[in-house]
Amino acid sequence: MELTTVWFCVVAFLFVGYFVLEGFDFGVGMLLPFLGRDDRERRTMINTISPLWDGNEVWLIVAGASIFAAFPEWYATLFSGFYLPLLLILVALIVRGVAFEYRHQRDDAAWKQRWDAAIIFGSFVPALLWGVAFGNIVRGVEIDADKNYVGTFFDLLNPYALLAGAVTLTLFLTHGANFLALKTRGIIHERARDASLKVGLVAAVLAVGFLLWTCLDHDDVWVWALSGLAALAFVGGLVAAWARRDGWAFVGTMAAIGLAVTALFVALFPDVMPSTLDPAYSLTTENAASTDKTLEIMSWVAVIFLPIVIGYQAWSYWVFRKRISVESIAADVPVEHTPA
Amino acid sequence: MEALELARWQFGITTVYHFFFVPITIGLSFLVAGLELAWVRTRNEKWLRLTKFFGKVFLINFAMGIVTGLVQEFQFGMNWSDYSRFVGDIFGAPLAVEGLLAFFLESTFLGLWIFGWDKLSPAVHNACMWIAAIGTALSAYFILAANSFMQNPVGYTFNAERGRAELESFTEVLTNKVVLITLPHTLFGAFMVAGGLMAAVSMWWLIRRKPVDADAFRSTLRLGAVTLLVAGLGTVVTGDIQGKVMTEVQPMKMAAAEALYETKQPAPFSILTVGSLDGDKPFYQLEVPHLLSYLATGTWNGEVQGINNLQAEYEETYGPGNYKPYIPVTYWSFRLMITCGALAMAIGAWMLWVTRKGRVPRSDRRWPIWLAVAATLLPLFANSFGWIFTEMGRQPWIVFGLMRTEAGVSPNVGAGTVLTSLIVFTLLYGALAVVEVKLLLSAIKKGLPDVDPDNETGKQPDDKPMAFAY
Repeated sequence: MELTTVWFCVVAFLFVGYFVLEGFDFGVGMLLPFLGRDDRERRTMINTISPLWDGNEVWLIVAGASIFAAFPEWYATLFSGFYLPLLLILVALIVRGVAFEYRHQRDDAAWKQRWDAAIIFGSFVPALLWGVAFGNIVRGVEIDADKNYVGTFFDLLNPYALLAGAVTLTLFLTHGANFLALKTRGIIHERARDASLKVGLVAAVLAVGFLLWTCLDHDDVWVWALSGLAALAFVGGLVAAWARRDGWAFVGTMAAIGLAVTALFVALFPDVMPSTLDPAYSLTTENAASTDKTLEIMSWVAVIFLPIVIGYQAWSYWVFRKRISVESIAADVPVEHTPA
Repeated sequence: MEALELARWQFGITTVYHFFFVPITIGLSFLVAGLELAWVRTRNEKWLRLTKFFGKVFLINFAMGIVTGLVQEFQFGMNWSDYSRFVGDIFGAPLAVEGLLAFFLESTFLGLWIFGWDKLSPAVHNACMWIAAIGTALSAYFILAANSFMQNPVGYTFNAERGRAELESFTEVLTNKVVLITLPHTLFGAFMVAGGLMAAVSMWWLIRRKPVDADAFRSTLRLGAVTLLVAGLGTVVTGDIQGKVMTEVQPMKMAAAEALYETKQPAPFSILTVGSLDGDKPFYQLEVPHLLSYLATGTWNGEVQGINNLQAEYEETYGPGNYKPYIPVTYWSFRLMITCGALAMAIGAWMLWVTRKGRVPRSDRRWPIWLAVAATLLPLFANSFGWIFTEMGRQPWIVFGLMRTEAGVSPNVGAGTVLTSLIVFTLLYGALAVVEVKLLLSAIKKGLPDVDPDNETGKQPDDKPMAFAY
């Protein structure tokens, strides 16, 4: 296989990892106002993801840096072209990241509500905009002969991309609900399972519509097959949630997101960013790539270190495997001083 | 203003802001790991309480470090897309390796450290902090390797057909003589900041009217002051070597640091200048003879090239143009870096002196508090001025000798767009800075937490509340 193809696969893998992992912590953040009725319930929800969200976010940083290193032209076109959506995503991720750390630092209801709002905003905006961004990448945007995006911000808000945004939003909500159902006991668990079934139905309809649209645009047997499998996995997850098999429900949404993202990357290949002005201007794995030398060195680094990273991240998930409930959260005492 | 200038302001603001948090993160992660190690080895509760106290200070700061770092990675592509196209083949690789090797370590093991108190044995728990700390240092190395390529491009060939620099030797990029000396200089600088912060916080607790936990805070006061002082010496030594490497690879930067217009042998170093720095005779100048010769070349009588001579030389090599950085910024940031660093070291020495043989400074005076505050801020500002100097001194190049800054900016991003993001980030950063400082102060004022060593056993029954929860 060409090294450029290998790195296309690595980038796809990193985004699969990012959406599968941060997808559920976005979901938990978005569900905060709906499933957590008081501070202790919200803290229970936040605690299901607090040891993990930061490690999940690094998947994005590494995915971005890998595009920079392996496909600098793609990185340059994408990041300068999608300037305003990325700015919004950055603002969202900044306030969200700070909110997790700062929310518990003061025992003051107004303070906590403000940071809750930051978490909710910071989870909704990227969950929606990542879909919009990927919808546009797959659909193609106005790229000129100099490889620069020449469209406007509003060109990015086309029906296909907006549908993609609605899909990631609802998929992540369902994914987050499944994660909460898996990680909690008691009242939160019940509410999460309910939410998973309700939002899951909406997500299923939107996702099937979006995947069909993608399949018709990119008539390729692999895109059809992966999209079909994604839909099956998602429905399987819903059935599992209904049958109270929390683990399988979560595996279902995980697989569905992973397969759907893979389908998008397969639909994209060998382009990395098609041009709607002239196919000759499209960025491909060839004309956007770094030299083989750079790709080869990075391949060695990735081959050695990705398995190690996956290993210790898996271990951290194992360490925090216990289900928690409202009772796991000490009620009044400032937490880090809790003698219990 | 043009998009170019706005993008430069944005880079400057976000970088300096980001670098308020980075040195604290690097330095404190090691110091906290050391405090915890002391607890694991001695089982003296004092160390556990100190670990949790400074751990909290560390975490409040760390959150800001991550989120501002995210902006750094994105803005290369957003504001500097032509630069990204030009150097991506070389510059991107260290960034990707940094993410893969360092960021994953930091974030995963810090998550384990914060929430794993009752789930991991003390030794494994402590190991998590050490791993996270090593992650921060690795991170510094790779980002500095990338930056050093901009200061002194090595290990590349220029591909005229693609119009870009391409990797020739990754080993050369990673062993660039600039990174080899910039890394220790930056790490020592980070330890000065963290040591100063630790000492200052402890000092504040010690000189209260009724000192609380005096024994514990005396330990961290001494630890912080020793760190500040030793790291300060390290910064001086590495800074000296760095000056010579810089003179070799970027002579214009050294000339700009002194506002030295004509080549001189021997060259004096001016401690301060009253009057203009534009090459006319200044109104007043306090000079130390021979010193610049030594700083630049290592010999007291070495020749130091002047700005005008270098300008002529560069015009010959690179064609007509202005190759001078903005001199007042380079001149003053260089001096402020040195001054802030030297004053911080003096305070560190004073702190050790007043706490010798079990002594504690008298608590009925206010000025020790101000000195303590200065011990925190001076090293931090020294770090900022150092970065401002090194980045402004590189101008007008974005990659020295290869690409000029104006050629790197995104051609398809308008001034309005850059201005929007500049305003958004500045307002957001401003607001977050206020919150962060308030939280830090209140965490510091709370003092050492009570601890229950039984809770750190790693074997908690399921029905017990979590030891650490948000």
